[in-house]
Amino acid sequence: MIHYVLHDPGDSVAVVVTEGVKAGQTLTGLILDQDRTVTLTCTQDIPLGHKVALKDMNVGDTVIKYGVDIGKVIAPIKVGQHAHVHNIKTKRW
Amino acid sequence: MQSSFHGYRRDNGRVGVRNHVIILPVDDLSNAAAEAVANNVKGVLAIPHPYGRLQFGADLDLHFRTLIGAGCNPNVAAVVVIGIEEQWTKRIVDGIATTGKPVTGFGIELHGDHDTIMRASEAAREYLQYASEQQRGECPLEDLWVSCKCGESDTTSGCGSNPTVGNAFDKLYEAGCTLVFGETTELTGGEQIVAQRCRDDKVRKDFMRVFDRYQDIINRHKTSDLSDSQPTKGNIAGGLTTIEEKALGNIQKIGKRCVVDGVLDKAEAPTHPGLWFMDSSSAAAEMVTLCAAAGFVVHFFPTGQGNVIGNPILPVIKLCANPRTVRTMSEHIDLDTSGLLQREITMDQAGDKLLDMMFRTANGRLTAAEALGHREFVMTRLYESA
Repeated sequence: MIHYVLHDPGDSVAVVVTEGVKAGQTLTGLILDQDRTVTLTCTQDIPLGHKVALKDMNVGDTVIKYGVDIGKVIAPIKVGQHAHVHNIKTKRW
Repeated sequence: MQSSFHGYRRDNGRVGVRNHVIILPVDDLSNAAAEAVANNVKGVLAIPHPYGRLQFGADLDLHFRTLIGAGCNPNVAAVVVIGIEEQWTKRIVDGIATTGKPVTGFGIELHGDHDTIMRASEAAREYLQYASEQQRGECPLEDLWVSCKCGESDTTSGCGSNPTVGNAFDKLYEAGCTLVFGETTELTGGEQIVAQRCRDDKVRKDFMRVFDRYQDIINRHKTSDLSDSQPTKGNIAGGLTTIEEKALGNIQKIGKRCVVDGVLDKAEAPTHPGLWFMDSSSAAAEMVTLCAAAGFVVHFFPTGQGNVIGNPILPVIKLCANPRTVRTMSEHIDLDTSGLLQREITMDQAGDKLLDMMFRTANGRLTAAEALGHREFVMTRLYESA
């Protein structure tokens, strides 16, 4: 069972692709372009389609997904936590 | 991949995959008459819309381009145009007549609804019977024009259904098809990636000009960081956090090998095969309507949270990689690609499944949106009427 996917091995966030992911669960991740798997333990419940943090990040850090900048951190994030609008914001508007 | 499909070759050489007779109102006053004709003649399609009065300048040009383009679309066999007065009605009739297909117009002034409906119904009946004798014939794949737009996206769009479109687009591009993508603001954060994929400096400059213009409009009118509208609440509920993230997912639709060969204005028809970028809204029904007006005959619509729109003349194929959407909104989904995210199928296999669904749709299979009667025809407006 694949629990999360990421595009680029350097990404700081990945996408949860299955329902019912709960805090404390060990998850299997698929690196899409390389067709290989990795693992991670999440520390919060993460809804289907939402992101899980792959590394610790500080306020002001750039969030990397698809190998590129997709926004900035606005509240500290720890690896395994839910990453979304409460801790990430656009840089553009 | 197959190399041909069964379509309707029209007089101007373009090939359609549907055979509609449409009753096209010029303006909001003519909707009632158009719907009455569609009630009298079973099988023709009225296309009501709310605008067409006191528009001016580029906004009026777009109005005409959209209506004439819809009538010219090769999925349309014949057109009856109804307007409140004769002159703008004639302008649309003349625009559609350049294709060689049967088209006629009626102005309501000096006649009234009832006389207009009677005469327009006579023309509609004749056209319906004409259309019913048109036959499909074998046509080469390169005669198929395919558009794409993603809607109610979530993160499964960027990981699954959008790259599936990209995989299919790469294959169609190499086969010599004419393709389009758009949604100008939805490239925000990824515009440099698209710029790099442009064929040459001229295309790159056209693209950046169009992109920057749309950014100006956003900046001039915005009252917030747009986190209520773009991304939408549906996008956010589905896990998309920023416009940059949405843009990178959006861009997956142009695959890895397609080159951006040209830039189109809203509802402008392409002039040669290849991949085109059309300046367009990210609102689904608006953008699909612009693609229909530009002459595209099949549309790939990857969705995450479950967008339900269709179009009266352009069949919209819905594909989805979100397992919950596929389960809870199955009546709207033509192709389930959620297996991609469970490593049950490869991206190549997903792209091939989409192409297979494209051939089936081109050859006559009704899409879910068609079967459910989703016929959203939405005009794009540029500014207030006078």
